[in-house]
Amino acid sequence: MINSRFFNRSELIGFIVLAAVLFVILPLSLDVFRLNLVAKYLTYAFVALGLVLCWGYGGILSLGQGVFFGLGGYCMAMFLKLEASSVENTKIQSTPGIPDFMDWNQITSLPLFWQPFHSLTFTILAIILVPGLFALIIGTAMFKRRVGGTYFAIITQAVAAILTILIVGQQGYTGGINGMTDLRTLKGWDIRPDHAKVILYFVEVVLLFACIGIAQFIRLTKLGRILVAMREQEDRVRFSGYSVANFKIFAFCMAAVFAAIGGAMFALNVGFMSPSFVGIVPSIEMVIYTAVGGRMSIFGAIWGAILVNFAKTSLSESFPQLWLFGLGALFIAVVLAFPNGLSGLWADYVQPRIDRLFASRKRKPGWNDNSVADGAPAE
Amino acid sequence: MFGDYSIGDLGSIFVMQGFAGLILFSVYVLMALGLAIIFGQMGVINMAHGEFMILGAYVTWMTSNVFQSYLPGLFSGYFFLAMILAFVASGALGMLVEWVLIRHLYKRPLDTLLATWGLSLMLQQAYRSVFGAREVGVELPQWMLGSLHVTDSIEVPINGVFVMCLTVLITLSVAYVMYMSRWGRQVRAVVQNRIMAGAVGINTEKVDRYTFGLGCGIAGIAGSAFTMIGSTGPTSGQLYIVDTFLVVVFGGAASLLGTIASAFSISQTQSTLEFFMSGSMAKVLTLLAVVGILMLRPQGLFALKVRK
Repeated sequence: MINSRFFNRSELIGFIVLAAVLFVILPLSLDVFRLNLVAKYLTYAFVALGLVLCWGYGGILSLGQGVFFGLGGYCMAMFLKLEASSVENTKIQSTPGIPDFMDWNQITSLPLFWQPFHSLTFTILAIILVPGLFALIIGTAMFKRRVGGTYFAIITQAVAAILTILIVGQQGYTGGINGMTDLRTLKGWDIRPDHAKVILYFVEVVLLFACIGIAQFIRLTKLGRILVAMREQEDRVRFSGYSVANFKIFAFCMAAVFAAIGGAMFALNVGFMSPSFVGIVPSIEMVIYTAVGGRMSIFGAIWGAILVNFAKTSLSESFPQLWLFGLGALFIAVVLAFPNGLSGLWADYVQPRIDRLFASRKRKPGWNDNSVADGAPAE
Repeated sequence: MFGDYSIGDLGSIFVMQGFAGLILFSVYVLMALGLAIIFGQMGVINMAHGEFMILGAYVTWMTSNVFQSYLPGLFSGYFFLAMILAFVASGALGMLVEWVLIRHLYKRPLDTLLATWGLSLMLQQAYRSVFGAREVGVELPQWMLGSLHVTDSIEVPINGVFVMCLTVLITLSVAYVMYMSRWGRQVRAVVQNRIMAGAVGINTEKVDRYTFGLGCGIAGIAGSAFTMIGSTGPTSGQLYIVDTFLVVVFGGAASLLGTIASAFSISQTQSTLEFFMSGSMAKVLTLLAVVGILMLRPQGLFALKVRK
């Protein structure tokens, strides 16, 4: 049943709708401030996309995606911060040329691990490699010893806690609880004015679609099928001669890299990075974006990230008290009432109607047979 | 880091920090006992456990206020009543939650995690609406303040000793209930084989509900003890939940003895390290050590050998 086409029909519709909304409708209808907010939401869509691969397909629930989001974001922010703290910008400090928070914490020279972040090439490599390697280490240590399920979730959560405490505690090296603020230019190009925000938005959307392409490719190849098989019957896959641990490590690393790209785009679009996007609470919120959108659906997860964040912004602007109640209820409702999220609802209620509409127009049996194992089509 | 201290000093430091860690140890043990019952026995990941603990803390705070304004003569004894009330309140809420939410999710442990996280957010907001966002502190009765002088250089805080005794008492009763009583036998039977337990006439749903309630009730008592080390705010519980899960996992999920041993080692490591470095680094080192050991020994310290 290997699909010869890259998208089946309903996925193609989902793809076109998403592309139209992100490339045309939103940029035309929103002002720059709101567009920048959408760009912020979309950074979480990267994380949600990674979680679809890792959690929805691989069955590995990671509660530490904030770690990778944060690592990517901090790598980017370190580069931007170094550029913003050039000698002439920081001449009022007692040590010019180092970031302001280091100066406040009586550090007089740039620490060694900050040095390579003067180079943009190194930074871009680091955004991919640092979280990737970190995920590789955690994944190897855990999956090779067959730790999985709830234990893995708890340990990734502990890692998120550790990293947050470390960032907050090592104020002189990381900016502490305030994070890295006042990021200004990228290779001399100011990232703060409106036209830069619009350009960054489009860069981000293009990157997002590239990641969607990668995820879809993984899903359609044999690799994606093994991931699903592993989620359903881990032992049978192992007995068939596949190395379950390696596939799990791969899925986890992919999710980490996607999250890191999201984090880097966050630092660029929002203009700061702080430990409040690293810890336990944001990590679990990232899982809920995926759960609301549909853990099986690539496009669903992206809509989940956009819609939940949109609800969060609008509700917490007008009813700050209600937001936490709403978010809590959303968690419970997603688990109890619609475990496949929005895309599940779509597949159950909307898709059949559309199908009937098309089926009555022209009869062409069998076009829907090639949907992949889980059967939850994209929104 | 040990360089500046003599051997005798170091001995005293370890003993003093050890006793300072007693309350932390007690809170860990009481939290982890409840969690070990819920997670170890029932397989439910209760992320709202910290909020059940905080409920106990708020109940203690309310009781102390009531005693202060209406029964000042009996103030010295309010703590005992407060603990019982905390147990009842958290236990009752736990049973309600089990009935509404958890019983639908026994076959999906990862989903219990998400659902109870949602519950914890709602409870936090409820506390914030009812008690206010500011942290509240409990006034301790006179006899719990001060400390015992054991030797010249060693002082032991009285409330630490009190909480310690309380923890031992509760641990022993939990062990008795789980391993000696008829009800404990039923709990273990349901855990081992739900269908067979039901077939021999055990009301498994009722056992589940009371087990969950007992776990949450013990968290409530942990909340009472918690009021002695810190002020209570709507989000205080969230700070402890990851630590507690690590305690349970580190100890070996199904083993009560392991839970106590791991609570002891984690809390003592942390409070001893705190003397030598900043609190955050002490916590980072402790957690890193725990995660590192768990990577080497995923089944925890005291694991039951079972064939899976």
